[in-house]
This record gives sequence, structure tokens and C-alpha cells, in this order.
Amino acid sequence: MKTWLGTLAAAGLLAAHVAAHAALNVFACVPEWAALATELGGDKVSVYQASNALQDPHRIEARPSLVARMRGADLAICTGAELEAGWLPVLLQTAGNARVQPGKPGFLAAAELVDKLEVPARLDRAEGDIHPAGNPHVHLDPHNVAKVALAVTGRLQQIDAANAAYYEARGKDFQARWAQAIARWEKAGANLRGRKVVCHHKSATYLLHWLGMTEVMNVEPKPGIPPSTGHLTGLVARLKAEPADLVMRVAYNDPKATEWLAQRTGLPLVVLPYTVGGTPEAKDLFSLFDDTLARLEKAGH
Amino acid sequence: MLRTNFVAAAMAAAYALPAVAFAAEDADIRAIREEIKSLKEGYESRIRQLENRLQAAEKAPAPAAAAPAASSAFNPAISLILGGQYSHLQRDPETWRIGGFVPGGDEIGPGNRSFNLGESELTVSASIDPYFSGYFVLAATPENEVEVEEAYVMNSGALPGLSIKAGRMLSGFGYLNEIHAHAWDFVDAPLVHQAFLGGQLKEDGVQARWLAPVPVFAEVGVEAGRGANFPGTGRNSNGLNSTMVFAHLGDDIGASHSYRIGASYRATRAQDRAYVDTDSPGNEVTNAFTGDSRMWGVDFVWKWAPNGNPVERNFKFQAEYMQRREDGRLAFDTAGANLSDGYRSRQSGWYVQGAYQFMPRWRAGLRYDALDSGKVDIGLVDNGALGAGDFPLLAANDPRRATAMVDYSPSEFSRLRLQFSRDEARFDEGDNQVFLQYVMSLGAHGAHKF
Repeated sequence: MKTWLGTLAAAGLLAAHVAAHAALNVFACVPEWAALATELGGDKVSVYQASNALQDPHRIEARPSLVARMRGADLAICTGAELEAGWLPVLLQTAGNARVQPGKPGFLAAAELVDKLEVPARLDRAEGDIHPAGNPHVHLDPHNVAKVALAVTGRLQQIDAANAAYYEARGKDFQARWAQAIARWEKAGANLRGRKVVCHHKSATYLLHWLGMTEVMNVEPKPGIPPSTGHLTGLVARLKAEPADLVMRVAYNDPKATEWLAQRTGLPLVVLPYTVGGTPEAKDLFSLFDDTLARLEKAGH
Repeated sequence: MLRTNFVAAAMAAAYALPAVAFAAEDADIRAIREEIKSLKEGYESRIRQLENRLQAAEKAPAPAAAAPAASSAFNPAISLILGGQYSHLQRDPETWRIGGFVPGGDEIGPGNRSFNLGESELTVSASIDPYFSGYFVLAATPENEVEVEEAYVMNSGALPGLSIKAGRMLSGFGYLNEIHAHAWDFVDAPLVHQAFLGGQLKEDGVQARWLAPVPVFAEVGVEAGRGANFPGTGRNSNGLNSTMVFAHLGDDIGASHSYRIGASYRATRAQDRAYVDTDSPGNEVTNAFTGDSRMWGVDFVWKWAPNGNPVERNFKFQAEYMQRREDGRLAFDTAGANLSDGYRSRQSGWYVQGAYQFMPRWRAGLRYDALDSGKVDIGLVDNGALGAGDFPLLAANDPRRATAMVDYSPSEFSRLRLQFSRDEARFDEGDNQVFLQYVMSLGAHGAHKF
């Protein structure tokens, strides 16, 4: 028994020792913040991505593997605004990791750093799965990504002060490249202004807002409520009266409803990557926006 | 500013003096034009940005007033679970017993016929200070009684990997016991929980869990408490009246599969744990057990969702096996003859169940329950003082139950369920049971465990 305990203690010490000298562990709730952490942290960070682009970020299971990864995280970057309300609280509560509790430098909620759209005036579950803090899908406006990037750089410097200069340099480099890219995207997206879009869920609101496009209706009758046949038929009738330019969904949405609607109305259907990994082309944050704009452009012609 | 002046000058030059322009070299003109074009584009893009920002400013709501200073801002999260069912039971529920097993408390069985209000659960939770958080669940029963279902405080992550709870909590034995009934996949608890854990075991005590700092989920825990609930009883003694250890291991297999396996062992004691049986002449008698009750179990849960996205389709499989050994003395007819001698039993049970969401909102599930009354040695029968017919409830039996359900969830806060069970828990006769249930939650709804 004693030797067994001794071995266990030794293993624990070894694990702690290894952890102390390894790269900074970043737990990213969603792919976009994993990609951002990789851009900003380089080889000084080891990034764990808790969900992928084909998963609905509202509906991730609080799986044991996620709890285990949260346990060893030095920095958790999540979206906040209740996007991860169905799973993140369980991870934070059961992981027993003081470093990443909200309020600590090791916890960053991206949506808190930007101006949110669609903050509900009326909080009532009769309105569907609404978010009291506003629409949480903030990363599809690249200006928001730039703001979050600044904060991530700050946190990396705070937590890993020894490499502060490294993070500073990487952050500056990223911001410069990102600003150039934004100018490029805005030029490319200029002719999308005013386009009317029917979107599956309110997941592209920030993108449409940034590009000056209008979301005229949603396939979901209310946020998070799957569309019924009756609702879809109603949409077809409404689209006859007030036509839109395209139907849109993101990679993780069920394809059936938007495909049916596009077919019935003859409108072009665009499937956006939504986040890194949502399409084969969206490999990082830059190509995410490149691909998003390319797909929107293509549907316009 | 200097740049703007230059541009103005250049523009003036380009437009006002065409003669000069004609005279100038083509290359110069091209260069100037290029520059004007790029400046124009630059301004256009900046104007566009400004327009966007203006639009955003117009659309964005007025900045939220600073958080209300009123004390109500510190109000805890409150949620309420409302549930109820319509039950159609072929046999009189008064006659329901798990044949071969000592009855596990009052909260087991199929319930009443016709309409039944379920327990309405009020949950209140919040951080207490930077070090502790608190959690409280009050259950109002259909009999108009109020029960403290759970009430515990726990540390807020300040100890590495260590979570400590103190108070009344759902015991960590196995998998299902820790999950609130409103989140179960079937209307009722598995037979093995009804036989060994009184339906759902609650413990007044302390629970500590430690999560190992490794990339897979590896957790060990201990629990100790008063052990007042079935299979233990409240005893007038100091110290730990029940102790438990458990371990869990879990991980993902690819993006689509995840699992958790667990093992638990719990030891407690019962003092005059009474139950009602009939003696051989047919009189109702009260018998009582005093002694050790030890139990171990293994549990397994596996979840599948294509690419880990459970929204469209997902599947959940779970299974648990438990074995209980009781060793002590059994008193016969405590109000009358009050004979007492040794008692020893080794009994076991298991269930397997699966729930498949085949399209959004709709799930179908199957469950199979089995118990084995195992080996029961009753001293009073062995020494000839009484006959086996004086303990009819402890006769050998292998209760079975097969259950099918389909449920519909209009949203993640509401669920309607239809369930059919063929219940063969009684000794001789089967019972067909139909339940139509609703479970709804309102207010703050906490995240669900795996």
C-alpha cells in the first residue's frame, strides 16, 4: 500500500513538473478562438479545441474528455454571452481548476469585448432560445476578431510573462496582417451591400451586418426552434411577396430545410463555413473569411 | 492634412491644366491617375467603414445602464421543474412488490393510477463568496409535502482538481443515481435502483472528488455520511455511518463517440430496518433487519452523435450492474413473537438501456431490467423455528421488466413522453403499465452532466 501510494505521488509530481515546463495550455471552446490562439501564441502555446465546425456550439455535450482538458488549462477562451451555457458551466465546475474560473486572468469571454447585436428587449423563453446578452456569434465580423485578439495577446502576456515580448511581436504582426485583410475583404464584399438573405439560424448576423447585407427572415421560427413544415410553407409564401436574394445556412445546420426552401423558391443557396474547419477551404481565420466572401460572391452571379 | 493638400493640388493640376497634362509624359499621367484612383478607393473604403460604424451605432441599443446597484442583482439562479403523468396500470399498484427483495423504502413502485402530479422541484443556486457556492433543491410532492431533495455547499475550484461537497446530495453511486429524475430517459428508475437504492439514494454527508491532471478523464471520489436512507437507517451513533469510494474513467473515441466507465463500493449499516410481510397463516407482520449492508456496482455510458453534433441524431447507451450483500440479524414479527436470528443475503441486478434521437425533437428508447434474488440465508428458517412460508417476500425470484418509450421535446425546456412497460417484478403476475408524462423546466436552466 505504501509503495503504491509512493508511486502515485511520484507520478503526480512528475506530471506537475512536466506541466510546469510545457507550453501554455489553452482551452478554446470553439474553433475560431482556437485558431486565434494559435495565431497569437505560436509555439509557446498548446491549443485544445473543444468543439469542431460541424457541431452546434449551443449543443455540445459536457463530455468527460472536455472536463479532463479543462483541468489542465492555463487559459480558457470561450465566446460567452451564454453561447456555451449548456456545457461550459459543468466543465468549469467539475474540472477543479482555479486558474480558468470567470473573473480570473485565465478565463476570457470574447463576446464581452465587443458590441453585441440583437440584445433582446424582452426576456421570455416564449421567444425561443434567446441570449440575454445579445447575439453571441460575434466572430463573423472581423473587426470583432481584432478586438478579441488584442485581449488574447494581453492575457497571454499576463499569464506567461516570460514570453511577453514574443506575444507582443506576434500580436502586432497579426493585427497588421488582419487590418490589411479586412481592407481586402471589404473591397471584395462591397457589391454584396443591400443583399437580402434568408438565414437558417441567427448565426451570421454579425457577418451580414458587417457587409451591409440584410437578414430578412430566418428558417427557424424562433432561435433554437427547428422549423415545422407549416412554417417553411409560410416562408415560401412570404418570399413570393417580398423576394430575397439568397438562402443561407452554416456548416453545422441541418441541410434539409434550407435545401427545400432554395429548391421551392429558386433562390441560390449558400453554405458558409461559419468557423475554421466548416469547409475544406476555411483552414484558418484568414481563409475562413476568404472562403466566406468567395461563397457569397459566387452565389451572387 | 499635408497629404490631403497634395491630393487637392494634384487633382487641380490634373483637371485644370489639361494642356500641361497633354504635354507631360504619358507615364506621369498614368502615375498620377493611379495615385488618384488608389486615394479614391482608400477614401471610399473609409467612408464605407464609417457608414457601417454609424449604422452599427444607430442599430445598437443604448449602452446598458450600469449594473443595477439594487441587492436583487445578487439574487441566485432559480429554476423550477414541473412534471406529471397519466398512468394506466393493469394491476393494482398496492400489490406491487419486487418479489424476492426487501422493499426499498416508500418512494418506489409505479405510483398511482390515473393522473398524478410529479414532484415539482425548485432549484436555487449561486456563488456564496469567492470560495464557496451553494445549491438547493426543494421538492414539493403531490401529497403537499415539502422535501429537501438536495442542499449542499461546495468549493469553487480553489483546490487543484478537488471538488468537495457538504450537505444533502444525490449519492455518487453508479451513473444514474446522480442524475436528476427530470433528465432521465424513462419515467421511472431501473428496478435495480428501486431494489437497492430506494429509487434514488440521497446522502447527508460529505463528498470529495479528485480529477487527475491527465488528458483523459480519470476521477476518484469518496463519500461519507449519515447513511440514514435505505438500505441504511438512521442510527444513534457518532462517526461515519456510511462510506463509499468510486472511480470514473472517460474519454472520446474520434469525434463521434464518447464514454465513461465507473465503479463504486459503498458500505453502510441498518438498525431495525423494518418491512411488512405476511406469515404463513396470512397475518401481516413487521420484520426488521439489523446489520451491514455492502454494495458494489459498475456502470457504463456511451454516447454517439455524428461528428459530435447531437442536434439531428444521437444515441445514448447506458448499463449498470450492482450487487448487494447484507449480513446481520433478522427479527420476525417485532410487534408479536419477536424472534431473531442471523441473516445473510447476496443479491444482484442490472439494466441496459438505449435512447436514440432519430430526428430533431424525437427520441425512442428501450430498457431491460433484471434482478436476481440470489442467495438468502434466514437463520430462523435454517434452525427450524419458522418455515420459508413465513418470509414469502424473500422467496427466490428473478424479477424482469421490459420498457419502451418515445418522447418528443418541442424545445430543450419541454418534453412529452409515452412509455410502455411490461413489469414482472411481482412473484407470479405481470403488469402492463402505460405512462404519459410531461417534464418542463422554467427559469434558469443549468447545464446537464454527461
